[in-house]
This record gives sequence, C-alpha cells and structure tokens, in this order.
Amino acid sequence: MTLALRSTPPARRSAWLPALAGLAIFVLAWKAIVVVLGYPTFVLPAPELVVGRLVSAWADGTIPRHAASTLLEIGLGFGAGASSAVIVGYLLARSPLVEQVISPYLVAAQATPILALAPLLALWFGPGLTSKVVICGLIVFFPVAIATMVGIRSVDARLLELGRSLRATRRQILVTLEIPGALPSIFGGLRVGVTLAVVGAIVGEWAGAERGLGVLVNLARGSLFDTPLLFATLLTIALIGIGLYLIVVLIERALVGVR
Amino acid sequence: MNDATLAANDAIPAVNDATPAATSRIELRDVAVSFPAARRDRLVALDGVNLSIAAGEIVSLIGPNGSGKSTLLRVLAGLLRPDRGEARLDGEKITGPDPRIGLVFQDPRLLPWRTTARNVSYPLELAGWPRQATEGRVRELLDRVGLRAASESAPSQLSGGMRQRAALARSMALEPSILLLDEPFSALDELTRERFDVELLRSWTRPGTTIVVVTHSVQEAIFLADRVIVLSERPGIVVADLHVPLPRPRSIDRLDEAAVSATAREIRSHLGAIAA
Repeated sequence: MTLALRSTPPARRSAWLPALAGLAIFVLAWKAIVVVLGYPTFVLPAPELVVGRLVSAWADGTIPRHAASTLLEIGLGFGAGASSAVIVGYLLARSPLVEQVISPYLVAAQATPILALAPLLALWFGPGLTSKVVICGLIVFFPVAIATMVGIRSVDARLLELGRSLRATRRQILVTLEIPGALPSIFGGLRVGVTLAVVGAIVGEWAGAERGLGVLVNLARGSLFDTPLLFATLLTIALIGIGLYLIVVLIERALVGVR
Repeated sequence: MNDATLAANDAIPAVNDATPAATSRIELRDVAVSFPAARRDRLVALDGVNLSIAAGEIVSLIGPNGSGKSTLLRVLAGLLRPDRGEARLDGEKITGPDPRIGLVFQDPRLLPWRTTARNVSYPLELAGWPRQATEGRVRELLDRVGLRAASESAPSQLSGGMRQRAALARSMALEPSILLLDEPFSALDELTRERFDVELLRSWTRPGTTIVVVTHSVQEAIFLADRVIVLSERPGIVVADLHVPLPRPRSIDRLDEAAVSATAREIRSHLGAIAA
C-alpha cells in the first residue's frame, strides 16, 4: 500500500503574497495620510523617511548597539522565565497542594501591571541587566506556566494508562508521554511569552537603563527630537518581536510538526 | 495444545467436569472491585469472581454492558487492585503490570507523535532494549501483522484496522506469554473483524499464547475461545463457564455447525436470563 508521507510543506511561495500585498497597502495608506493631511515630520514622518533613518541608524551603529542590549535582556529573561514556568506549570498540573499555595500569587503577580512594578524592580535590582531580565522573566512566566499546566492536564489519560501497563517509570512517563503530549500547548504559551518578553525588556529599560531600544525611544522622542528615529526604533522593536515569534514557530514545527 | 482442562468455578456447579488445573496460569479467587460513585456510594463492578485459566488456553469473557468485563481484564493486567479476593499469575499475587502479560485496549492508544514503528518499539524502549535488537524485533512484529509498508507512517495516516494491528504488535513486543484483549476489533466492520479473528489465531499470535479476550459478540466469543465465560450484569459474577466443542485450527465455515449453534444458544440463554 502506498501511504502519503508527511503533509506538504505549509509555506509555499504563494503563501507570502497576501502578506506582501497587505504590507504594500499599509505603506501606501501611511504615505497617503502624510501627503493628504499634511502632517509635519515630527508628528508623522513619511514611510521613506523612516526607512531612510532606519538604514542610517543601523549603518552608524546606533540601533545595533541598543538592540544588542535589548536582545540580551530578552534572551536571558525569556529563557529564565519560560524554563522556570514550565517546571512550575508541571507542578501546578500534578500537585493540588502546589496549585492551592501558588496560584493566588501567580494571578496577583499577573494582575499587577508590569509597568507599575518595573520602577520597584529597578530599585531592587539596579539599573543594570538584572532588573530587565527579572522583568522579562516575570512577564513571560504567567502565560507559559498556565499553558504548561493546561497542556499537562490535557495529556490523554488513556495514554498514561498504556504507559502504566508497560511499567513505565515516572521519568519515562514524563519524557515519553507528558512532555510530547503537552508540547503543542506549551508552545502556545511560548508564542505569547516571547512577544511579551519584548514588551518586558522595553518597559524595564524605561524604568532606568543606559542602553537598549527602550532608552533609544526615550532619547529620540526627548533630547534628540528625532521622530523618524523614534519610528525606526519602534519598527526595529516590532521586527525583533516578529523575528523571535517566528523562531519559536519554527522550533515548534520542528518538534511538534510530525503529528 | 488446547487440551487444557476446564478450570474450577465454585459458583457454577453445572461445570461438573472441572478440576483445578495443575498448569493453571491465572487464578482469580473471590475478586471484588468497586468504584466510588455519587455520595459516598460505591459502584460494585465485580462481586466475587472465581476463575482459573490454564496455560495456552483461550478464554472469551462475554457479558452485557456494565458486567465488569473490562474491569476484570484490568485486574489481570495489574492496573487495578481488587477490594477483596486476589488475582494470581503463575501462583504469585498480581501486584502490578507484568511483562509476562500483553494488553490490547479497545482503542489503539498509539502515541500520535510517533510513527508506527516507533509505537511498536515503545515497550522495548521503556524496557531499555538496545537499538539493534529493537530494530530487528520491530521489523519482525510489523511483518507478522502486515504493517511493514506503514512502518514510517503516523497513526493518523493509518486505517482503523491498521491502528489496531499496530497496537496488537506493540502488545506483543516483549513476547508476553499471556495476551489480554479488551474488545480489540469492536470498532471495525464485521467482515474485517472476522478476518482479524482468523488472523489473530493463525498468524498474529504465537502458538501456545494464553489469551483472554473480552467481547460482546457471541459469535466472536465462540470462534476464538476454548471456553466462554459469561458474566452477569452489575455487579459482575460468573454465571456460566462453557466449553466450546470446536477443533482447531478454527475456520469461519465451522461457525455454522450444530455444536456451535447449541453453544451460542446456551450463551444467549444465560445472557437472556441476566436481562430478564
């Protein structure tokens, strides 16, 4: 019997066309608003001005320098936050005691706006890297922990019984059944988490930092009064968000895509 | 090899040629199982089941829904501890799942993220088999159930029958000498099920395997088994233990014989008595 192998690759070239068309419409509309309504550059710069400033700020090293710090904060914060969240999420799913003790704090921490918490954390951890990593980690923690908990709880009980009937150890059940079973849900949390990590880094930088894209936003708006640079920085932040999101999606495809 | 002696069942004096088999592999004594139900009540699934199954014997368990057939199988598989009484395997008390026993569930329970081959190799992986030995064993198992061509397919790409054959191959990975089957082919159409029953006896299982199969089909119960055990509705007890007067190897044509219809009539009368 012939059996179809893996399903066809999801991203054919034509799949990019709608996205590109959407981008073209967005840029054209932007340009039209600038031309028709005649906004001055310091309020709404034209798209080509922003792109020009983006290129120059990349070329003279302004954006790369700031972006490097922000990326480092995101990487460390997301890594620490997500990995601890996966562990806690697992415990939440499997231990009613842990859930009862921890979940009120978890929800309270999530309900408190990170914007309000950031100055306090900056005070505690100083203006350096640590405070941003902590803020990133905190903001990533909740969605990943909840997604992991839901994912572990949704693992098919019939498969767990199968594992038991084959005398799988606790560890084997975790590695061969619970983690693969929960993976799609965990990745759902990671997708949300990675975009929030970008927000966390910027907010953390606003609360006090010497370098980073958040700092550059403040500089461009305030002392430099360079609105095109502000837009170029925002664009960079957005692109970082999209890029990181895509990386998570690609890893997800590699790990989960087989089913 | 199927000259297994009929085993004793104290509750059924009708089976008077029964002698406790010396070669008995599975022994249930007064097994009772109940589950928590609403308001401190307990639902009694099995209430004092006695049963002994000899080596190489093939036994069908039949009964109405809620007669505790699957519960009984779970006790044998070591997945469920009885509230009362005991279950023994080769004379030792069953305290948990045992590698001598292979279990096939009603649904295939394949891991959806693994290929057919990696599903079949799963028990070997858990048991820590080396890779080389695993590969050879898996190839042999897939050949036996006719799934070699589908070895790299995901379960979602297999038909219902193929999935259940993969599950069967998986249950035999560790070469269990006892196979427990919980309505293994009940989700398949009747023609496929008949064909699978024939293959199960002829080529899928190794000769000499002790088999306990739960079914709700009278025909299937007779076709497969040396003995048909009829369980009553909840709480489940053994209401009949019938010998199947059919030689082996079995073929579908023989299901028309008079002896078979007599046995079927007897099973139905026991089932009917329960329903009444």
